[in-house]
Amino acid sequence: MNEGERLVELIPRLRRYARALVGDRASADDLVQDTLERAWAKLHLYRRGTDLRAWLFTVMHNVHVNKVRATRATETLEDEMPELAQRAAQGDALMVRDLDRAIARLPDEQRSVLLLVTLEDMSYDEVARTLGIPIGTVMSRLSRARDKLRAMMLGQASAKLKVVK
Amino acid sequence: MSDETPINDAELQAYVDGRLGEERSQVVQAWLATRPEDAERVAMYRRLGEELRRAYDPVLDEPLPEWLAVRGGPRRRWLRFARVAGWVALGIAIGAVAGWEARDVRPGVSARGDTGETMARRAAVAHAVYSPEVRHPVEVGADQEAHLVAWLSKRLGTQVRVPKLDAVGYSLVGGRLLPGENGPVAHFMYQSNQGSRITLYVRTNAATNRETAFRYAREGNVSVFYWVDGKVGYALSSADISKETLLSVAELTYQQLNP
Repeated sequence: MNEGERLVELIPRLRRYARALVGDRASADDLVQDTLERAWAKLHLYRRGTDLRAWLFTVMHNVHVNKVRATRATETLEDEMPELAQRAAQGDALMVRDLDRAIARLPDEQRSVLLLVTLEDMSYDEVARTLGIPIGTVMSRLSRARDKLRAMMLGQASAKLKVVK
Repeated sequence: MSDETPINDAELQAYVDGRLGEERSQVVQAWLATRPEDAERVAMYRRLGEELRRAYDPVLDEPLPEWLAVRGGPRRRWLRFARVAGWVALGIAIGAVAGWEARDVRPGVSARGDTGETMARRAAVAHAVYSPEVRHPVEVGADQEAHLVAWLSKRLGTQVRVPKLDAVGYSLVGGRLLPGENGPVAHFMYQSNQGSRITLYVRTNAATNRETAFRYAREGNVSVFYWVDGKVGYALSSADISKETLLSVAELTYQQLNP
């Protein structure tokens, strides 16, 4: 099977990751589409024998980061910690059905790590290579992502969580 | 036990993910047995993982949207289609992606060279000039198709094919000979029952023998999909229909030209 065919086989996994990463279906498929275009165009840069999945997810990561960067200027203020505190103040624990919303509230870089570990079942080393970050950063982001998610799911403020921990 | 072998957070994460060695896992397990709060935390982490998979794994089984579906026929056709569909959805201007567009999975295909933009422009102009024409839209009508094909094939120096686009509601009006940048050009016109017109611009490109993906360009109100196949360049133009519809016509055209 050549790279092109293997790449096609990976499309459903790209879609799963993208859906969890960006939330809504249309944006996710847009991301997949952009990623595939980029991947087709860059396939000559892929080194045979290396991990095609990691390479492909790296492409997707880069495409995603660029997209986020392009829209960030208008959204950056809404996305940080105050959101958490605000939700906690409402006192309603987030239910499981709100999982995607909770995921969406994670900082982007934490979300990527958590999703690659959880959905793709990547090793920490693979995640580090895919995202181009040190493995220590993978671990700390994973830890923070889980803490935050848990806090959101419990409807707690993250400050309180730190005390518990 | 926890005093001798402190559990760090990374280990706890690895334990959650089942990526800790067995020996160390047992240590963590024993440690958690005495720390109900941490045990609760770990259990919650695992549950979150399960919920995540439960929420998103079904995406794996979703049918691929049309633009991603692998269609029958040669793979390059779908590659071509996937790229184009991407452009359509994104509305990317052709110039912005000029750097990569000519890339192909197949090795040995040059990314440089004529990208056909001049052809697209000329095709758009030809469309704008001839498609509004009521009395003389073509030189040779569809009723003399065999003559039309023989004539234009001779002038272009290559066997010209006329795609049938009736499946998408367009029937051949006829064609004409046009001057192109490097020689004669065949220009075919199609029309729908509603009167909207599509023109197909066909030129030979003796300089190089190559293939490109579908590309999209817009000149004024004329949309153009164009591509190069071997030494022949094609540009399909319309001012009346959506980009998506024109794309489906372009795809049919490509199929008709590559049976």
